[in-house]
Amino acid sequence: MSPSTDSDRFDPSTTLWRDGRPVYDRRDTVCVVGAGASGLAAVKNLREHGFGVDCYERETGVGGAWNWRHDRSPVYAGTHLISSRPLTEFPDFPMPDDWPDYPHHSQLLSYLERYADHFDLRPHVWFGTEVVRVEPADGASWDVTTRSAGGGGSERTHRYLAVVVANGHNWAPKMPSYDGLDEFRGRTMHASSYKDAKELRGRKVLVVGGGNTGCDIAVEAASAAARCWHSTRRGYWYLPKYLLGRPTDQVNDRLLAARLPLRARQWLAARTLRLTVGDQTRFGLPAPDHRVYETHPLTNSQLIYHLGHGTITPVPDVRRFHRTTVELTDGREIDPDLVVFATGYLPRFEFLAPDLLDADEHGRPTLYLHAFPRQHPTLAVAGLLQPDSGLFPLVHWQTVLIARWLRLRDRDVTRAAAFWSRASAEAGRRYGRARVKDSTRHWFEVSHVDYLRALQRALDELTPATAGSAR
Amino acid sequence: MTAPVRVVRLRDWADPVPPARREVLTATPETPAPDKPPLLFVPGFGHGAWVFAEHWLEHAAERGFAAHAVSPRGHGGSDPAPRATLRAYAHDVVQAAAVLPRQAVLVGHGAGALVVAHALARYPARAGVLCAPVFGGWPTLGLALRRNPFGTLPAAFGGAVRLHRRQLFSRELPDEVARAHTARLGRASARAQWQLLRGRPPEHPVGDPPILVVGSPDDRVVPRAALDRVARRYGGAPLLFPGMGHDLMLDARWREPVDAILDWLEKGDH
Repeated sequence: MSPSTDSDRFDPSTTLWRDGRPVYDRRDTVCVVGAGASGLAAVKNLREHGFGVDCYERETGVGGAWNWRHDRSPVYAGTHLISSRPLTEFPDFPMPDDWPDYPHHSQLLSYLERYADHFDLRPHVWFGTEVVRVEPADGASWDVTTRSAGGGGSERTHRYLAVVVANGHNWAPKMPSYDGLDEFRGRTMHASSYKDAKELRGRKVLVVGGGNTGCDIAVEAASAAARCWHSTRRGYWYLPKYLLGRPTDQVNDRLLAARLPLRARQWLAARTLRLTVGDQTRFGLPAPDHRVYETHPLTNSQLIYHLGHGTITPVPDVRRFHRTTVELTDGREIDPDLVVFATGYLPRFEFLAPDLLDADEHGRPTLYLHAFPRQHPTLAVAGLLQPDSGLFPLVHWQTVLIARWLRLRDRDVTRAAAFWSRASAEAGRRYGRARVKDSTRHWFEVSHVDYLRALQRALDELTPATAGSAR
Repeated sequence: MTAPVRVVRLRDWADPVPPARREVLTATPETPAPDKPPLLFVPGFGHGAWVFAEHWLEHAAERGFAAHAVSPRGHGGSDPAPRATLRAYAHDVVQAAAVLPRQAVLVGHGAGALVVAHALARYPARAGVLCAPVFGGWPTLGLALRRNPFGTLPAAFGGAVRLHRRQLFSRELPDEVARAHTARLGRASARAQWQLLRGRPPEHPVGDPPILVVGSPDDRVVPRAALDRVARRYGGAPLLFPGMGHDLMLDARWREPVDAILDWLEKGDH
């Protein structure tokens, strides 16, 4: 049930002023930006730790990227998970165990909607409201300015104890630039606006990008389109969704559980792939230039299959576009009439001044545990992670940590100061073995086990003061 | 003390519990009260959801609570599972809780209370109630051997624990009723029985729910000292119902403990 009017919730007697505009003081309430998976987890875990929460969501429903009705949602009709169910679900709210290993995106949405209803989160979400500005205010509090998402209506500013930013990182397309792209007569689109295989039917399609999205769309084009080229810059490891009869990520975690060192796991995985998939270069793909598990895994069982059928033609990087053709780096020219750029997304925080997140010259924030900026203990980012598993388990514990941290700050100043001085020294640390490539994205890749171990240490450090006293 | 919650759960990820068809019995109130959380009852080893369907489910529904009871795999009307572990039982409880429309209260009885304790580390329940909790360990075995050697010994060789009706019920319950109930008992898997003795302790409940321990000082399965120990683990004292047997929900005075539990839930605004 949503409150009927603002006045039910906001006490006008506590009005403050900022630059001649009224600021409604929400005192000990925490503001969460976004009601996607990360935002919902933040609302639930902050509530569980006794905080009042106002969550602002520009769309009219929960689910964020997983809600196909949202105009910023990147999902297309055929999207399935690429991590298996146990590595994807929230650790305290499992998906039904009779669901498939790799559920469809519509199941993910219904899961998130049930999560919101089960924990009664919707009354705390202001739908159709977008955040315009988040600015620091007195005593580590924050002024959050919102307006209705349609663009009309006046702006309102509320003051909050803390702000958790969960606005997602898969909605702002990263578009590559190529010479001659302007004069190209064929259609071009970013993968974010690709919705259905219908759009590919009968077309000659070039898919640019070797990420998971690029591979998925190439596979869809292989069945639907008249022709499909798949352009990748480098050689990757293509992991099938099943290995040795189990979901691949579960096999990897079984080896981790057996405490096999990374090198041994890499050798075993490479060996198994060699025995089952064989030599990738036979299919015309470049040989991987790195070891398995060194970059975000590509999970796709069908790509190799379609390469073997000749329904996907692997091609190298694009050099430039001409009027009707595309020139590749090996000198070949191809003539697609539709080019899909599966070139990824960029995290964007337009409502925050870049220095608040300690952003470097490339706009990459410097955060402790990918969540806490050094200078602002009451500001946190949730879900800015690209794990080699599902995101939800990580973002769950991350938001538990945020809630416990805010509690500790409130209860025990000396211990909070000790924690913070250690934490801020660790800002910018990376949690995984991904090699730093010249990419705007790899910097927030994490290995789920390394990252969760670091979270566990931080949680254990914060726990004694809150245990038993939270209620 | 309970162990801290583990964040890295390689076992759960690499080797998830396989699905099983679970029996869930339900009693719904005629006029649902929006402020009352759903209840999920979990029977002990050898028992099924039916033990709660006898009296407690209907009674809770009459007082406005949506009441459900789940049979863990291998129990009651659920799929057989001769090799199930405690982890699988706790999984069944969490699965049953997560499909309820709202955050549930978990109520476990006997070894089902230990299953609930494990489930509480995987699901942030509104509250937890542990009735005549059997948390296992060697003293439990010692007591069972003294009270009922022939019913207990076979378990050491993978057989079933056979509980005698005088362990389960007070003398107030008519003999033929007690016999009929005892005849309906099944068994837990041998692995789960062993884990009762030597399993790892449950992790700390997630979300810090309030926990109530209920029992009887005249229980012939759970000694008073064990009740106190479990209650202390969760920072409280047990609520006692003298003169009752182990199976509080089937015994002659079944109404008293369930009323006390529902009163506690209503009063505490859980």
